[in-house]
Amino acid sequence: MLAFIVSRLLQSVAVMLAVSFLCFVLFNFVGDPVSNMVGQEATAADREEMRTELGLEDSVGMQFLRFLVNAAHGNFGKSYRLARPVSDLIVERMPATLELVAAAALLALAMGIPLGVLTALRRNTIDSQAVMTFSLAGVAMPTFVIGILLIYVFSVECKTWAPAVGLPGDWCFPSFGRGETEKIGGWTTGLLTASGLKAIVLPAVTLSLFQMTLVLRLVRSQMLEVLRTDYIKFARARGLTNRAVHFRHALKNTLLPVITVIGIQVGGLIAFSIITETVFQWPGMGQLFIQSVQFADIPVMAAYLVMVSLIFVTINFFVDLLYAAIDPRLRLDRAQVGTAGG
Amino acid sequence: MADTTALARFRDSDIWWSFRRSPTTVVAAVVTVLFFMGAIFAPWVAPYNPFDVKSLNLMDAFTPPAWNSGGSAAHLLGTDNQGRDVLSAILYGTRVSLMIGLAAIVLSVTTGVLLGLLAGFRGGWVEAIIMRLADIQLTVPAILIALTLDGVARAALPKHVHDEIAIWVLVISIGVAYWPQFARVTRATTLAEKHKDYVNAARIIGVPGARIALAHVLPNAWGPVLVIATIELALAVIAEASLSYLGVGMPATQPSLGTLIRIGNAFLFSGEWWIVIFPVFALVILSLSVNILGDWLRDALNPKLR
Repeated sequence: MLAFIVSRLLQSVAVMLAVSFLCFVLFNFVGDPVSNMVGQEATAADREEMRTELGLEDSVGMQFLRFLVNAAHGNFGKSYRLARPVSDLIVERMPATLELVAAAALLALAMGIPLGVLTALRRNTIDSQAVMTFSLAGVAMPTFVIGILLIYVFSVECKTWAPAVGLPGDWCFPSFGRGETEKIGGWTTGLLTASGLKAIVLPAVTLSLFQMTLVLRLVRSQMLEVLRTDYIKFARARGLTNRAVHFRHALKNTLLPVITVIGIQVGGLIAFSIITETVFQWPGMGQLFIQSVQFADIPVMAAYLVMVSLIFVTINFFVDLLYAAIDPRLRLDRAQVGTAGG
Repeated sequence: MADTTALARFRDSDIWWSFRRSPTTVVAAVVTVLFFMGAIFAPWVAPYNPFDVKSLNLMDAFTPPAWNSGGSAAHLLGTDNQGRDVLSAILYGTRVSLMIGLAAIVLSVTTGVLLGLLAGFRGGWVEAIIMRLADIQLTVPAILIALTLDGVARAALPKHVHDEIAIWVLVISIGVAYWPQFARVTRATTLAEKHKDYVNAARIIGVPGARIALAHVLPNAWGPVLVIATIELALAVIAEASLSYLGVGMPATQPSLGTLIRIGNAFLFSGEWWIVIFPVFALVILSLSVNILGDWLRDALNPKLR
């Protein structure tokens, strides 16, 4: 087990080094960092001074080493677009994204698992077929389309239909922003105010729908498989109630792979929050990233990529360990288990 | 004669049988074909040419769909803020979306299949590097990879050049993002096939390695590759639409479905819902149909799952 942990750890470090190197190459060789930073009227001497100041005259190896040391200290330089330290920008935006991702993950689990169990147990009924059709829509509908449709129904048209069905006019959801936020230490949270809670509903639903259908389908297929096994037949033969068989014996054995897949999918949620944040103008890291892509603001892009990769690699590392701890057969190679991506 | 027998064989095949048995699949196939026809023949089918600035009339702007009050039969699905016919814009947009999706999938199939064959035949460190790379890439969502590549292209190229070649930037960004699945399935097939007698026989009579890989082993991998390609075509179309919606894809001068949705999004709040909702429907129906086809193809080619 120790050898396994060490080899996975080395692999994670290798991935992080590779990502950092890519970002470093981006940072230093795509476009000219100097002309990105100085104004139009800078003289050749100014530029030369800037080059020395930035250390662009050193060897590539030296520059990469410095980049790594700086990155480890959370120093990614200044944004070209906003002329502020990148680390400040990221720290400011992080709470919004993490709250959104957490809400979406909870929602995906809270809806996906029960619906998966339901469709597995009541296989050929109309209600479970309706759920399966709906789940296909969840796979086929792009995140931003879900967001637009939700805004249209629950935010724009809502003002027409809500009073008609007897709901108060202010029942409708806001279509953008985080609502009122409160500051606790360095963390701005929208979860403590009524308007903040209301504002997170539509974005969280939008972000969670794809993952929800994924959980649903996974729980369903696992459940169907487990229900066929001998120990379930034995449990039935012992005369246990359906409820005990389904929930105590079957569901528990279904959840292990679900938990690990969810772990991997949290990374997916962070990536897809880029889209959701754009649709709802949610002031998080994803919105910052997309604005940086549009303006070719390389320092912010590089910092975001390193951050997100770090999150991915950490999650993957722990998921690997969890797998290995749970199932010794998987200690050899997890590559056989497909990881879904969208 | 060969044609009729091939047709007869197709009629007797499992695939045709399972196709006819599923009404959803038939509908999905018809819809997909319609979309492709509409895209290919857009210049002839579309009532107007949305790129012809001379034909645009600002007086026609914001015409609602024909069945709404104020709508006109001349613009079935209404017009946008510049008087562009929404139906025509959708047809041309579908053309751009499908073109990018198909080109991206061709690129990722080519890359993935070649790397998969290489990994399967060579083994050793070549295989280790290729497959670890595939593993790593699979854990990173494709959209993030595509976004990064697009951002790099944006930084490296001047703005007007980037707009001109936006379509190829998208094809490469999306194509690169989807190769690992193809590499995996091709490698698996190669590993299963490479010690079989027909491969040994070919080797003994001196057929070169590349020819064995491409002409003898590769045909065995086409089934699963086709299934993945169909499902990933839907994903690629969605990825393109997402990128264009985010404003880093096709420019407004050459809109894809995603660009149309991005442009129309602003009018959702002012009541001109048709400018955004119809392109949204087109995108969803297209991706849903291709998804259903892909699911069916997977089940039909893999009897074990039935």
